[in-house]
Amino acid sequence: MTPARLARRLSRRLSQRQALVLLVLLLAGTVVLLELLGSGYHRTLGALTLINVMLAVSLTMTNGFTGLFSLGHPAFMTLGAYVAIAFTYPAARKSFAMPDLPAVFSGIEWPLPVAALIAALAAAAAARLVGASVLRLKVHYLAVATLGLIIIVQSLALNLDGLTRGGRGLTGVPRSAELWLIALATLVVVVGCWRLKHASIGRAMLAVRENEMAARCFGIDAVGLKITAFVLGAGVAGFCGALLPHVVAVMTPKSFGLMLAFNLVAMIVVGGQGSILGAIFAALAFSLGSEALRPVEESLGLYGMTQVVVAVALILVLIWRPKGLFGLDEPLVEVK
Amino acid sequence: MLRLEELQVVRGRTRVLHGLTLELGAGEIAALVGANGAGKTTTLMALSGLLPIACGRATLELESGTLDVARSTPAALVAGGLIHCPEGRQVFARLTIEENLRLGAYLNRDEAEVRRLLGEAYALFPVLGERRGLNAGGLSGGEQMMLAVARALMAQPKVLLLDEPSLGLAPQITERIFDTLVELNRERGVAMLIVEQNAMLALEIAHKGFVMEEGRIVMSGTGRALLEDAGVVQAYLGASA
Amino acid sequence: MSGYLLQQLVNGLTLGSLYALVAIGFSLIYGVVRLVNFAHGDLMMIGAFSTLGLVAVGEVAWAFVPLLVMAGGFAAGGVIERLAFRSLRGAPMITGFIVTLSASVAIQNLGLMILGAQPRNFGFPSVFRERLALGPVNIAVIDLAIPAATLLLAGAVVLFVQRTRLGIAMRAVSENAVAARLMGISLNRAVLAAFGLGGALAAIAGLFWGGKFGQIDPLMGFVPGLKAFVATIIGGVGSVPGAVLGGYILGFAEVAFVGFMPSEYSGYRDAFVFALLILILLLRPQGLFGREEEERA
Repeated sequence: MTPARLARRLSRRLSQRQALVLLVLLLAGTVVLLELLGSGYHRTLGALTLINVMLAVSLTMTNGFTGLFSLGHPAFMTLGAYVAIAFTYPAARKSFAMPDLPAVFSGIEWPLPVAALIAALAAAAAARLVGASVLRLKVHYLAVATLGLIIIVQSLALNLDGLTRGGRGLTGVPRSAELWLIALATLVVVVGCWRLKHASIGRAMLAVRENEMAARCFGIDAVGLKITAFVLGAGVAGFCGALLPHVVAVMTPKSFGLMLAFNLVAMIVVGGQGSILGAIFAALAFSLGSEALRPVEESLGLYGMTQVVVAVALILVLIWRPKGLFGLDEPLVEVK
Repeated sequence: MLRLEELQVVRGRTRVLHGLTLELGAGEIAALVGANGAGKTTTLMALSGLLPIACGRATLELESGTLDVARSTPAALVAGGLIHCPEGRQVFARLTIEENLRLGAYLNRDEAEVRRLLGEAYALFPVLGERRGLNAGGLSGGEQMMLAVARALMAQPKVLLLDEPSLGLAPQITERIFDTLVELNRERGVAMLIVEQNAMLALEIAHKGFVMEEGRIVMSGTGRALLEDAGVVQAYLGASA
Repeated sequence: MSGYLLQQLVNGLTLGSLYALVAIGFSLIYGVVRLVNFAHGDLMMIGAFSTLGLVAVGEVAWAFVPLLVMAGGFAAGGVIERLAFRSLRGAPMITGFIVTLSASVAIQNLGLMILGAQPRNFGFPSVFRERLALGPVNIAVIDLAIPAATLLLAGAVVLFVQRTRLGIAMRAVSENAVAARLMGISLNRAVLAAFGLGGALAAIAGLFWGGKFGQIDPLMGFVPGLKAFVATIIGGVGSVPGAVLGGYILGFAEVAFVGFMPSEYSGYRDAFVFALLILILLLRPQGLFGREEEERA
């Protein structure tokens, strides 16, 4: 039985409201379980997995809904991370680690949720600025341009030594990304994307994906919708980028790079273009699967093996199931 | 020479040919006429190996043996003498006229013979010879059609598939092209299967004609008989003809 | 002319040569299959490491190493096409794109698996390190050898594409693949020729890269590969002379940026190149010298 068919079979029993309740229960259950029984390692793994879910869902919104092909998520994540750290980094160490930080930041130590929201806004604003021009590019040029964006941002982060400590990276970022906060954010992102997809704006986005010319003939503002999807996706990316260093306590200019861009694309392709549930499953499978493979990789001394597996698997999926394992439709819930 | 039996071809999810049967004898000209979407171009594309044959048989009989179209690559069919001169001429606009002609003889490794064929092509259409070093994109529509025909002849065809040779051409040029085709048929015995919107024109030079509708042959006969058939005239040649 | 300026010119020429060699492959491949091949830069890495391997074995005379490396690059290009891309020919552009990206990631990480992440020192015969006095400056032999070899190879490729039967067939496929097949041209052969030739040139660029910069590692190919793609775009995708010209323009621009801006900006060279890319894509997507690409049915 294919995953798509399995999911479709499940779907007959679920209304939208029930699915929402189920999602909340699942997330809450995971948080409670990890907080009560899990070790620090488990909580970190849970946090990273949920962040991957958010990233994949937001990228499937940016790329999958409108048919764009952006690889730029890591650029916005890097931006978001450094913006958030400017607010949250221990005030006592700021003058030492970030001497070029404007004076207004030097005394403050804001809570992460606020800082992450500011980071999201900053990333969205940057996306708006870049998107207006870049999104006019044709498919493959857009992809190359967004790759270029990653390299530009990384290069800036590497060289703005007084803000980022350059290649040495910032250590001692407070581990303030609580699991419940990440779970709550995941809920908001998933439900938000779901609502967006099934609202009229989402349908208009899908129409642009299927046939931009025809969509325009119906008066749909294709460019505007692409910018919207790009900006929203970048906002979530900036938010996730803000959370991540507060999970692992470190941020370097190379934390979010080309491999991450590729892995996110792998998740949404395997999940099926524009399928939110597909993206969620793929992000879970990727996060837990690569973590499971890590000891194998380490014991054999074959670093890079997991990434080879992901890349080869993606090629095979594209050859045999070009629409992804879950197809293009949402499998789980019927929308009324 | 060329035999199609109960040919079925599927494009995407649509069955376009629903069991097409026709035969083209050696040295014959046959016209394939019918409305838009009847499957005429699909027939030619399947015959030249560009589309897979889902069901039925198409065979090319040669002195050296019989070629099964379904099992042959386009290159093998070209080598066998089945040349497709596609709709809209499809000359290589960024290549020179001489390069276009040489590509017509792509499978011919005998340089001396290719030179001889080039000479023949330039004798047939002197305008091509005068401009042999220029890009084909600079030619007029009529000249491009001449180039397309000359390019097909470079392959020394035994069967020539022509898709809409009159498309977009002025009447005098169309006439010139059709005169050339008749001459080639008479002098070199090249068999031809001509798909034409301008059915009257094609039927006039054809030994026999086939009328296509929704992926099947619905009527056939000599070119003259079809031209005189009131039904055909009404349906395909315009009531006033 | 001051010695500094001349040295910068030489650096630009060398760097531009490396970009040009890789850019030619991008152009050839894009021409026949309309694919931006992300994995193309990684063939540089393959070329560099096969050079290292051949030298380590030590049985091969140095004169034959470049030939063997190019043959290896030809084979690697062909194998990658056969394994990863052929079954997806004709798929939507995004799909092709993701597959080439996957191939690149797979090659880089296979490299990490087999070779390890540690950069290796690249031993080039010492003749290339010797410096020749040319007027006021000394120029390393390698800085003369790279541009000379590049121009020779680029000239050979242009001749091949312009004059030979297979080269003309490749141009025909590039313009109209269906009509090309009606001429009896085998698509697979034209595609193999493009990937193989591109691979051979990228591999020799890898050899030169190692010789020039002295260190190689499994991830070395990706960013130079992307930059070579920038060069391809500058020259107009699909044209071989354009790719060469684009390579040199980018090489000179990058060296000028590093050499003539205040030194605290030199760390931004990659940012500069990709900002240039985005600018060119926005202002002149057909390249500085390319023509508007017509949409094909």
